[in-house]
Amino acid sequence: MLFFSFFKTLVNHEVTVELKNDISIRGTLKSVDQYLNIKLDDISVVEEMKYPHLSSVKNVFIRGSVVRYVHLPAAAVDTPLLEDATRREASQAVAKAKQG
Amino acid sequence: MANRLPSTHAPGFPPAILIRPGDPNPFDQPPQQHMVNPMMMQQQSQQHQGSPGPPSVPQLPPQMFTTAAQLLDLTDKKLMVVLRDGRKLIGVLRSWDQFGNLVMQDTAERLFVQGLYADIERGLFLVRGENITLLGEIDLDKDDYVPEPYQLAPVEKVFALKKAEDAERKIADKRKHKRLAAEGFEGEHAGEAIL
Repeated sequence: MLFFSFFKTLVNHEVTVELKNDISIRGTLKSVDQYLNIKLDDISVVEEMKYPHLSSVKNVFIRGSVVRYVHLPAAAVDTPLLEDATRREASQAVAKAKQG
Repeated sequence: MANRLPSTHAPGFPPAILIRPGDPNPFDQPPQQHMVNPMMMQQQSQQHQGSPGPPSVPQLPPQMFTTAAQLLDLTDKKLMVVLRDGRKLIGVLRSWDQFGNLVMQDTAERLFVQGLYADIERGLFLVRGENITLLGEIDLDKDDYVPEPYQLAPVEKVFALKKAEDAERKIADKRKHKRLAAEGFEGEHAGEAIL
C-alpha cells in the first residue's frame, strides 16, 4: 500500500508515464487506485506523430500492469518522508510476521 | 444519501439510490466477505473483544477503491481503447465491472499505417480487462482529429498494408526475442507484437 499512498501525494502534479509499448504520455495525475491504475488529464504524447491515435484524446485511464516507468517531478517528492514511511512499513511487516 | 432530498418514491418502497458527482461510489464497496484489508480486520476483531453489541459495518476510506469510480466517469463516453496487441478501438463505453472488462457499443477499429488510416466497423465488443492497455476519453471538440500526415484511405488498402507491416514486425520481433533469449533475457511482453 506504500506506493499507492505515495502516488496519492502526487495527485495534481505533472507526470510522464512510460508504457511497456514505449508510448510516453505526459499529463496531470488525476487519480490512482490500488492496482496503480493511473488517470491522467490534459495529456500530450511525447512522440505524437508516432502514435496518432491519441491526438483527439483529452484524458486517459492507464492500466497499472502496462506501466513501465512514471517520471516524477523531483520537487514534489519528499525523500526523507518516503524513507521513513518505507522503514515503518518494513518494521510493521516484520512485527506481523512474528505475530502470525 | 437519499433522505437529504425530498422523497419521490411511493411509501413502503425502498428509496432509490441516488448517485451524484462527488458522492462515494457504492460500486466501490467490495462484498464484505472478500475484504482483505488487514487494518479493517484488526478493527473488527477489536470491536468483537470490546463490546458485545452487533459489530458496526466498517466503512472503507472513500479514496480506497477508485478503479470503479474512474470507470464510472467514462461510462457512456466515446473512448479510444488501446489493447495489448496494439489494436485501437473507438466506441461508446456502456458497461464494465471490477476487473476492467468492458462492453463497448458502435465500435470501430482504426488502423494506422504509413501515413494512412481507415476505420473498420466492428459493432458490439466485450473486452476482457487484462487485454486493455489504456482507455482515452475522446475530446468531442477534436472528435476524430487525426494529425496532418495521416490521410483517410480505403479500408482494403490500409488493411493489406497493415497486414504486411504486422507480418514484417512479427519476424523482426521473433528474431529480437531469439537474440535476447540467447543472452538470458525474456522481455516484458514475450511473444507479443506491440505498438
